[in-house]
Amino acid sequence: MLCLVPGLFALASLGHGQDLSVIAQGQYLARAGDCVACHSNPGDKPFGGRRPMATPFGTLYSPNISSDPATGIGAWSSDEFYTMMHTGRTRSGELLYPAMPYAAYTKVTRADSDAIFAYLKSVPPVHQQNRDQDLRFPYNNRSLLTGWRTLYFKEGEYKPDPSKSSDWNRGAYLVEGLGHCSMCHTAINALGGSSESSAYQGGLIPMQEWYAPSLTSNREAGLGDWTIEDISDLLQAGVSKRGAVYGPMAEVVYNSLQYLSDADIHAMAVYLKDLPSTGETAAPTPAEAQDKLRLFPLGKKIYTVQCAMCHGTNGEGKGWDFPPLAGNQSIQMTSSVNPIRMVLNGGFPPGTTRNPRPYGMPPFAQELSDEEVAAVVTYIRTAWQNHGTAIEAKDVNALRSAPLN
Amino acid sequence: MQKVDCRHSDFLGATRWAALLLTVAMLCVTSRLHAQVQSTVTAPDSTATRVMACTACHGEKGQGSRDDYFPRLAGKPAGYLFNQLVAFRDGRRNYPPMNYLLAYLPDTYLREMADYFANQQTPFPALPKPNVTPQVLALGKKLALNGDDVRHVPACAACHGPSLTGVSPDIPGLLGLNSKYISAQLGATRYGTRVTTATNCMQKVAAQLSEGDIAAVSAWLSSLPAPANPAPAPAGSLKLALTCESAETR
Repeated sequence: MLCLVPGLFALASLGHGQDLSVIAQGQYLARAGDCVACHSNPGDKPFGGRRPMATPFGTLYSPNISSDPATGIGAWSSDEFYTMMHTGRTRSGELLYPAMPYAAYTKVTRADSDAIFAYLKSVPPVHQQNRDQDLRFPYNNRSLLTGWRTLYFKEGEYKPDPSKSSDWNRGAYLVEGLGHCSMCHTAINALGGSSESSAYQGGLIPMQEWYAPSLTSNREAGLGDWTIEDISDLLQAGVSKRGAVYGPMAEVVYNSLQYLSDADIHAMAVYLKDLPSTGETAAPTPAEAQDKLRLFPLGKKIYTVQCAMCHGTNGEGKGWDFPPLAGNQSIQMTSSVNPIRMVLNGGFPPGTTRNPRPYGMPPFAQELSDEEVAAVVTYIRTAWQNHGTAIEAKDVNALRSAPLN
Repeated sequence: MQKVDCRHSDFLGATRWAALLLTVAMLCVTSRLHAQVQSTVTAPDSTATRVMACTACHGEKGQGSRDDYFPRLAGKPAGYLFNQLVAFRDGRRNYPPMNYLLAYLPDTYLREMADYFANQQTPFPALPKPNVTPQVLALGKKLALNGDDVRHVPACAACHGPSLTGVSPDIPGLLGLNSKYISAQLGATRYGTRVTTATNCMQKVAAQLSEGDIAAVSAWLSSLPAPANPAPAPAGSLKLALTCESAETR
């Protein structure tokens, strides 16, 4: 109760007729949008900004969106906030860099935008000046964004599809809007844009060197044969019977998706499951098949000693705790980045309300050579009727220096 | 599966029924073959199984490994271990493989991990003999046990306990660690790349030390035999040399 009292005073002092429910709703929506991930540094007070984000064009620093009137958005109006979310223009009319996912946030309704704004105005102010962006020429010229916007930005709130269920529409609203899933799960081209024709087909996340898998219904790499329950578990708990999240997606589940209601998670799963099937996977080339023959026996030997204890002799895994490797799309995808990184660096799925004490995968970078990692990854990509291809030691070596944070 | 009742008067009907059942059963088997191989078995519900990502480098019981930079965790005070886990998660200690592993783990789980390793009792490893002169070892011993009044450097033992096994809840033990690891931590503390939330006592101390002092004290500490009693000194049992918040109380 003592903890509640200052909060209530803070609410009373707002004096704009905003009640707790609007602010609570705003907090929920801000979590759905994962605002905190980019607008705070780990361990710092939330929403103070200045988080560096490496991009192929230079480093961007997120702005302060706390309630501080001088350095945050405390002096903004809800109209200005909505304009920013909806059009990608700052309060002063400047064009925002698309690291801010306004191509997705434009779909957010006015009511939801107002609730998020009310919530951000209610969080403690962080007095911290924004840091100048550090982009290379010519990207440091914001007027170039006009061209980018012509190609990749379509302004407009989400329009429900009356032919679909209310679950589907709610899911679409969250996935396409606040969830901004396409920022990673649709490949980004050389211009830093993502084209609609390759929507949700997956892509390498620039600078982070993790591969965001396809979410389409492609059986090879997408969600085609996942159940709604498994998709929901993965999104909300961070683990499922089909696989677990690590790396950038662990961040999304930790800061955002674990807080969403069962109904909203279900709706997102319904929408994701219904994404059309696109993109075919090429069959292995003769050279790749040859490589498999070379590394497979060594890989099997390493697997038996190092991996089978947890993941099972047949790659069946152990429920939520140790992900299955047989039939695991993330391992078989054309890109071998994720399984190589998991073997090198290990990882914990995020600690969530539904799975607060996740089991950790040990790192092997210190123990296995490039050739050995290549062998065991080749083994898990091709054993048990998995359809992946062989990899080489140089693929592993390239990822030893991949950024870890 | 349901049994087919062969006493049914209509034998043909029973045969059809059996054929249908067989077909359904085969379809089930086929679809099971096509389904993903999945196990309903869960992992052992123990902290030991959950922290295999830690023990791969720090040893099965947190005893430390032969690698210079994978320190012993076993028996260190739980509060100290917890503070370090939080510091790695939040970026106050910078070692990317650790920062990466802990990034999305909640405090309650980090405390469970800290308690787990604090409670491990396992023999101290045999460390390589430091390759330094007797004079260097003597300087290290003097600094560790007596400090240097002139430069206001307190003895290590003044805060880390008379037997250098640390003090509960959050002052670490200094034994069983490789000299390179100790000197790297002292260096990082001195240069401000290893920081704490509260007033950083160690930074004040480390700032007074030269490179030579750090090398000497690290070498001497790593040369010590395993302590007779590896437990940290009890909380409050020592009047600390520096009055500051040694605990990164959160």
